[in-house]
Amino acid sequence: MKTVRIGAGLGFYGDAWEPIAASIERGDVQFIASDHLAELTLAILQKDRQRDPALGYARDVVPLLLRLWPLMQRHGVRFVCNAGGLNPRGAAQAVLAAFAAKGLKARIAVVTGDDVLPRLADSTGAGGEFAHLFTGAPVDAVRERLVFANAYLGADPIVQALDEGAQIVITGRVADAALFLGPIAHAHGWSVEGALEGAELDRLAQGLTVGHLLECSGQGSGGNFGAQGHWQAIPDLAHIGYPIAEVGADGTALITKAPGTGGRINFDTVRQQLLYEVHDPHAYHSPDVVLDMGGIRLDDLGQDRVRLTGARGRAPGDRLKVVAGFRDGYKAEVTWGFSWPDAWDKSQHAQATIRALLKERRVPHEELFVEYPGLNSAHGPLAPLPAVDALNQLNELWTRLVLRTNEKAAAEGFGRLFPWMGLSGPAYTCGFTGLHNVSELLGIWPTLVERGEVEAGVQIELLGEAP
Amino acid sequence: MSLSRIPLARIAHARSGDKADWVDFGLFAWNAAGYTILAREVTAERVREHFAPWLPGEVDAWALPNILAMKFVLKGALQGGGARNLRLDNLGKAMAAALLRLEIEVEAAELDAALQQPRVGWWGEA
Repeated sequence: MKTVRIGAGLGFYGDAWEPIAASIERGDVQFIASDHLAELTLAILQKDRQRDPALGYARDVVPLLLRLWPLMQRHGVRFVCNAGGLNPRGAAQAVLAAFAAKGLKARIAVVTGDDVLPRLADSTGAGGEFAHLFTGAPVDAVRERLVFANAYLGADPIVQALDEGAQIVITGRVADAALFLGPIAHAHGWSVEGALEGAELDRLAQGLTVGHLLECSGQGSGGNFGAQGHWQAIPDLAHIGYPIAEVGADGTALITKAPGTGGRINFDTVRQQLLYEVHDPHAYHSPDVVLDMGGIRLDDLGQDRVRLTGARGRAPGDRLKVVAGFRDGYKAEVTWGFSWPDAWDKSQHAQATIRALLKERRVPHEELFVEYPGLNSAHGPLAPLPAVDALNQLNELWTRLVLRTNEKAAAEGFGRLFPWMGLSGPAYTCGFTGLHNVSELLGIWPTLVERGEVEAGVQIELLGEAP
Repeated sequence: MSLSRIPLARIAHARSGDKADWVDFGLFAWNAAGYTILAREVTAERVREHFAPWLPGEVDAWALPNILAMKFVLKGALQGGGARNLRLDNLGKAMAAALLRLEIEVEAAELDAALQQPRVGWWGEA
């Protein structure tokens, strides 16, 4: 039976690309698919684009491809990524310019059409249009503060781009797993459009599951493996191999990784990733298929090989998911260390002083959030704090204070409330940081958009030339 | 009948993730005996109570016997979402470990089975 092998690229903007080289050189892959966009990465890219309209894409795609494209060419590997972010054409142009300087060539497809910000910005919200997917709140609540809004496209434009001979495909927002489903469907000639049924949907569900297992790079091969007393048994994370899938024409898949790499592919590491960022496991939505994980089988074959079968698919709905981001105030953050003796009491005293100053000076703010790194910042009240007597006997106590405010000036002034206490406050403190540590906060607005309306605007443009 | 009080970490592993203001958890038994315990003890209500002193949100739960796992979603867990959450753990990555602190009561015999039965996954044995 014909199979296709696809390897994981990055799992986020800033991830390591060196492990991809092992998949290309020793993993026998035909495709690499790379996910550069977490839910709010577009907010970072929006700030880049405000500074320079030529930006707005995940810039790591340029050095990544300069390093790996010669290797990919040698092994006949094609590359699919969503590094285009808010500016896929800009990303392709930057890649081609960098390639030209090195004498490299590639046929690059650019997929656009996911940007729906104008639609949200112009919507009256009538009939609940663009209401918050979870809370039902109307879009009016955030319309004036939106900074981006992008629909999750499916695998179809990626399949088309590959069918047309693209060696590299650069998209904006697409469903993460579609980056993988696209090449798999292209290689096997699976339909991803039109009225599908039964086995056609099940094999798409298998392909989607493969994508879901690979889209977070090393988290699918033993990285970030949470298990008390067992994580230590994952070998050589410094040289982790990102997961690779070998997918048959019926969708049956083998999850593995390149020989001689670190990490681990087994029943445990694979199923941790299977459920990652999944809500209802019987209805995992994507633009191409709705996946039911209830019948999935993961057969651990040993030696870093797990067989995946049993994913079932249903036809997707007629609306696509949109994630929008909106400006939602500012935070100003300060961290300060208090030493034994009486570290706890001194921290409380300093906090009371700051609260008093905020009140006296009428500093507008929504909240002053306090946590103690080293004691409770990971688990909040579920991390039992020692009694006050014991807290006062600690060698040191770190205190992190974060102001939430809608006023930028209030955020910028927060750090300056502290330095005088170095000479005129409690004794034996150290390590103050945060004099100027202000950032803008972003709220997230998940909603839905009519599929037909978005898909009518999807475009595939081919740039550059094949060598 | 002797009962032991154990944290879930003794018999399970977990990973958490975020979508908007919701944190989701996969909770995994090492073997079938462990799964029987999880499926009986770790209900949506039990998880809601566990997090209530910190994050009083609704919890949905699903059982996945095919992979010896439970799935939970805790709503309203991230101060509105990762990019407006003031916590150091703004994405709730460490919250799976907080779930593993949840304590349950198990009979000695069934705990023994959960600990002694072989793991399903391959861990480098020949």
